[in-house]
Amino acid sequence: MTDRQYELVYILPPDTTEQQVADLHGQLDAVVSRLQGTFERTENWGRKRLAYEIGHNKEGVYVLEVINGSGELMKELDRRLRVMDQVLRHMIVRVDQEKKVVERTQTKRRTESERRRVKRGLPPQRQPGEGRPAGDSDDADDDRFDGVEV
Amino acid sequence: MPFGQGRSGGGGGGRGRGEKKPGDKEKGQRRTLFRRRKVCKFCADKIDDINYKDVKLIGPFVPERGKILPRRISGTCAMHQRKLQTAIKRARHIALIPYVTD
Repeated sequence: MTDRQYELVYILPPDTTEQQVADLHGQLDAVVSRLQGTFERTENWGRKRLAYEIGHNKEGVYVLEVINGSGELMKELDRRLRVMDQVLRHMIVRVDQEKKVVERTQTKRRTESERRRVKRGLPPQRQPGEGRPAGDSDDADDDRFDGVEV
Repeated sequence: MPFGQGRSGGGGGGRGRGEKKPGDKEKGQRRTLFRRRKVCKFCADKIDDINYKDVKLIGPFVPERGKILPRRISGTCAMHQRKLQTAIKRARHIALIPYVTD
């Protein structure tokens, strides 16, 4: 059951120092290792502007943690983060299932295109200089969303 | 000039099909002139993962007011609109995208 993967994002006040971020990470680490979880990776996005004010803060320090662990672990982390008053906002999202689906569709697409290319007597991979060059598309992005048309 | 004529004829006559037809045709032409075929952006660009962290990707689907752009306007397919919806809601929760802006 421990092969689940979660993403945890939390927002700290803008005046948080590196040291405080590290301290908080240490606190979380204690919980994670106690409940047999592991950190996949940690990303500090740094100070970012918030889209709306949270407790009179207009900016916040974002931290992303990717954690492998059980549901009980995440439940415990959620409870703790809720209690900590230095955390403005946090969110936990399960990602392993979606990741699998994305990988599956990508490999399916690749094998399909290779199969079709081989059938047409072409090498399975796209050759350089083949097809339309990347920059030469008539329908640029802005074409598709031109707002309301009557 | 031909436009005005057509309209006045249709209004004054009232008797019939003969006059209705050109009007219809005009409408049809206008449609073909102004409507562009809508394509689901995510299908066209083969984007499999609509992630809440990718504000650049989601951004165009959240107009100024902060509401989610409806499918009938963006042309997104049902599956991708659903994924987009969860991504937008998650991004809102962690303040990457506003809930409302007035």
